[in-house]
Amino acid sequence: MKFPIYLDNHATTPMDPRVLETMLPYFTEKFGNAASRNHAFGWEAEEGVETARKQIAKLIHADAKEIVFTSGATESNNLALKGVVEMYHEKGDHIITSSTEHRAVLDTAKTLETKRGVKVTYLPVDKFGMVNPEDVRNAITDKTILISVMFANNEIGTINPIKEIGKIAKEKGILFHCDATQGVGKVPINVQEMGIDLMSFSAHKIYGPKGIGALYVRKKNPRVRIAAQMDGGGHERGMRSGTLPVPLIVGFGKACELCEQEMAADAARLSVMRDRLHATITKALEDVYLNGHPTERLPHNLNISFAYVEGESLLMGCKEIALSSGSACTSATLEPSYVLRALGVGAELAHSSIRFGLGRFTLDEEVDYAAKKIIETVTKLREMSPLYEMAKEGIDLKTVQWAAH
Amino acid sequence: MAYSEKVVDHFNNPRNMGSFKKEEDGVGTGIVGAPECGDVMKLQIKVQNDTIVDAKFKTFGCGSAIASSSLATEWLKGKTVEEAGKIKNTDIVQELNLPPVKIHCSVLAEDAIKAALADYQKKADSK
Repeated sequence: MKFPIYLDNHATTPMDPRVLETMLPYFTEKFGNAASRNHAFGWEAEEGVETARKQIAKLIHADAKEIVFTSGATESNNLALKGVVEMYHEKGDHIITSSTEHRAVLDTAKTLETKRGVKVTYLPVDKFGMVNPEDVRNAITDKTILISVMFANNEIGTINPIKEIGKIAKEKGILFHCDATQGVGKVPINVQEMGIDLMSFSAHKIYGPKGIGALYVRKKNPRVRIAAQMDGGGHERGMRSGTLPVPLIVGFGKACELCEQEMAADAARLSVMRDRLHATITKALEDVYLNGHPTERLPHNLNISFAYVEGESLLMGCKEIALSSGSACTSATLEPSYVLRALGVGAELAHSSIRFGLGRFTLDEEVDYAAKKIIETVTKLREMSPLYEMAKEGIDLKTVQWAAH
Repeated sequence: MAYSEKVVDHFNNPRNMGSFKKEEDGVGTGIVGAPECGDVMKLQIKVQNDTIVDAKFKTFGCGSAIASSSLATEWLKGKTVEEAGKIKNTDIVQELNLPPVKIHCSVLAEDAIKAALADYQKKADSK
């Protein structure tokens, strides 16, 4: 077993060596500009790009022409929201999204509110972090031009009822954007069946390179148009100018192809591993709470709160394992995870949360080691915790008058 | 963000971790912070003849909060009640090399010291 152990695959994934191998020639001998139409270097690069476009489209059941390359999912989200608002502002000025979206969607929505006077509805989620499709329906007005709901949450892994939301959007003739950064390549996604009109995702979450992502833009039923947010050579059917990073695109394509072939097996293996991790921990420790949906969640995600223990100290005690926490102390704002807060998780338990993200290269022994180490560290930190001591003495922590600071 | 060596040392080898009985003679208890804020410190001193002969802590919080309270107990031992009141959060920041985002941990430790001293004083006065 090699240390440190990487269990933060929601943040990013290591690149699959098969992806790297596919990319390498495009850095050196096949270095052409895919937009160079007059010579073999350009043709070769363009061929690489078009193969990748097909591989990517196939994974999500789209047409290759519907894939617009961007620098990553953040840019895709920006392009989708800003591009739709700019293109359809005469139709309306209202968009609907949810409170647990990634910052790339929430902050873009905020910008649209303040700079363009767009009205945004932030839908609440239930205690499992799920958007209720009926809430989407009820939020629709005659001014609504876009619904943007994430496929699966990056912290808690809850998968939204995308198909139902897509159906409502279709019924009402409103465009539906889905930030599927955490879902693509992990669980089957079909933009046709799910009624998705625009979809953001990126390569580095699926064992591909960083710096490349895509926005799926539906071409028919309806033909979606977006206003470009980057002016220049008119690449990507005028929707996103900029010379295509061919090696990254080729890698993205290969990564998608591998996901298409291996996704089902990866998901089956990782969910068993994840469930074992969860079971081992809950068997050994009391007062452990699962955050997110018990079944409708990403197969490689586990998010749990350890009462009486602060998340950052827990990470510090497990420093040979790369994990993430919803604790405020790990963020610049000193506010605990807004995602967990939106679920109604108390601030004290939000501070105590740990996110495990397993991946294609995670080994059984690594997960077993992580479980053992977490149990040891939580036990040690609880011994050190005045809250645990009070709870053991039978004091209800909710009745204590704390001096908030 | 990397932790300073001293923070890591206090985290891995906390000094004086534990509790005294609150009712015990000469014991002053300070509990500061709130679970919603992500840190709660309990600091206790045991005073004999105006000198702090022992100190203990328990902390729910990040590594820096644990280290700040662990360090505080080390510093309190052997000090008179008056000297203890002069410990400043900035001394803790300096000793542990805390970055700006962790200064609140040192403030909490100073508050915990003050609260423990006040509790001791209150108990002493009521006798």
